[in-house]
Amino acid sequence: MNSRESILQAIRKLPREKKNLPELPDFGKNSDLLAEFCQSITRNAGEVLSLEDFQEWMKEKNFKKVISLVPDYASLSTQAMPEDPHALDSLDLAIVEAPFGVAENGAMWLDETSLCHRVLPFIAEHLVIVLRSAHLFPTLHQAYAQLQDASTGFGVFIAGPSKTADIEQSLVIGAQGAKSLWVVLVD
Amino acid sequence: MNHPQAAAAFLKDQARASWHDETLWYVRDKRDAASKRLPEWEDLRTLASDIKEHTLSQLDYYLEKFEEKAFENGIQVYWAKDAAEHNQIVLQILQSKECKALVKSKSILTEECHLNPFLEKNGIAVVDSDLGERIVQFLNQPPSHIVLPAIHLKKKEIAELFHEKLGTEKGNEDPKYLTDAARIHLREKFLSAKVAITGVNFGIAETGEFVVCTNEGNADMGVHLADVHIACMGIEKIIPRRKDLGVFLRLLARSATGQSITTYSSHFRSPRKGKEIHLILVDNGRTAQLSRSNYRSSLKCIRCGACMNTCPIYRRSGGFSYGSTVPGPIGSILSPGLDVKKYSTLPFASTLCGSCTDVCPVKINIHEQLYAWRQEITQAQGWSGKELSIKLAKGIFTSPLAYRVSGKILRAALKSLPHSLIYHPLNAWGKGRDLPQPPASTFSEWYQKNRL
Repeated sequence: MNSRESILQAIRKLPREKKNLPELPDFGKNSDLLAEFCQSITRNAGEVLSLEDFQEWMKEKNFKKVISLVPDYASLSTQAMPEDPHALDSLDLAIVEAPFGVAENGAMWLDETSLCHRVLPFIAEHLVIVLRSAHLFPTLHQAYAQLQDASTGFGVFIAGPSKTADIEQSLVIGAQGAKSLWVVLVD
Repeated sequence: MNHPQAAAAFLKDQARASWHDETLWYVRDKRDAASKRLPEWEDLRTLASDIKEHTLSQLDYYLEKFEEKAFENGIQVYWAKDAAEHNQIVLQILQSKECKALVKSKSILTEECHLNPFLEKNGIAVVDSDLGERIVQFLNQPPSHIVLPAIHLKKKEIAELFHEKLGTEKGNEDPKYLTDAARIHLREKFLSAKVAITGVNFGIAETGEFVVCTNEGNADMGVHLADVHIACMGIEKIIPRRKDLGVFLRLLARSATGQSITTYSSHFRSPRKGKEIHLILVDNGRTAQLSRSNYRSSLKCIRCGACMNTCPIYRRSGGFSYGSTVPGPIGSILSPGLDVKKYSTLPFASTLCGSCTDVCPVKINIHEQLYAWRQEITQAQGWSGKELSIKLAKGIFTSPLAYRVSGKILRAALKSLPHSLIYHPLNAWGKGRDLPQPPASTFSEWYQKNRL
């Protein structure tokens, strides 16, 4: 008997009491989603920018290598998307758009159909996520209801910049992924 | 291994032990604050527990469904009955790719299977890419905590280590500086690795996808740059539906570190074009644990570490004192299932205060299971010093005369017996405690004298 069969057999031969799978409540609420979202992002050490602030910020930072995948800001790209994702190593900034965000924790959904390379939002030194302020859900429950039929090969919730507290519980922003996260809220 | 002995060694450095205690309590505090921000917290715990109970009651069905869906998605699925088979499967995949070096993100399962030493013995270099894991890997140590692998180390020690291994400035202990050095070091590893290994936080039967959660982004940096992704998953990590992730992701990070969610929650459903995902389903004692009705529910664990952070024993004895891959309260009910002789002292490494049970996001009755293991182990071992004392006490408390006489004798004894006899090693209550100053009279004597 192979291991697959022996594992399944071992489970099947156990006396078991059937337990029901619970239905999930919505846990929705009518709070100020935008304010809660901004608070969550700040708590996660991300930054929220208005469109005007973003334009100022771009001028001020003057990044050398930028890739923007947001059609409205395509002109901010300084280079084309390389074929090999390893070539993204020196990228200063990636600008991507999230279809929705979650107020309770600041998580924003990105999937590979809008990323070109899966590694893009991780390997870029800094990350900008453009999000429509109307596209917010109160909690992850509504977010997963939205994702119910999505069948993309890879998707990720990103809620802040890469971080670690592995050295004496001191919070350090910028571990292995993007060193900063900027959320640009648009109407 | 022997927990009391290992804990005594840890407690020799009192200053470090207090620091360890306070650092973990700080994490427990953050968990409390995060959980209190959600009015539905208790409802979520109940739902999480019920979903896991349901899944465990039909584990064969969900595993088969998961396998079928994952296969449809282009993931290659393997089954391993134990650690040795798991390691062999990983090695075969690596050999078929002619891979000599790989990056690995945090996976408690691969620690449990001792994958790293096995691969190294077979000539394959493994780089753990989580910062805390890289630190302990440099030191040839296992993680001392499942979420905070290097929580037992001070930054001074890490600074010395990085000076030696990564050439950082001598004496520079700034966590940001040290993290930056590790970032540069690991970046190079990510860019050159052809194979990346990750653990799995949740496998979803409905879709055949799996979810990996990190704060550092190290799992994603590894797998999206490699040609081959190997995911190692314990069979208890299955959940039925994608929407169940809403419940578990809301609980996991809040319980672990007090964050509302980890920075990255990555959902892997199929490999990139031309690339591969291999997923290994591992039993290694899990079906045996499933057969033990008293301990079955320990398999609901989502590895958040909250029970460690709250445990007065873990905080004051350190992760290494448990001598098992998963330390702390949950480890003390899981590990005896793997080897009850080796881990026989672990269920006793608890005050049975129940705090572990109170913070557990999936409502495992950890302290009750610790108690149940104690019953089994004590019965198997027979006579113990404490048991003899209890028997003596029973005789004294059931006879009023014996009670009166023995009270007098004991008061006299405490006053006059030499210290070496009172604190004899046979007297378990004398270890680490001062026995009370005997009162001048018994309560009965006092009452006789003072009653109106």
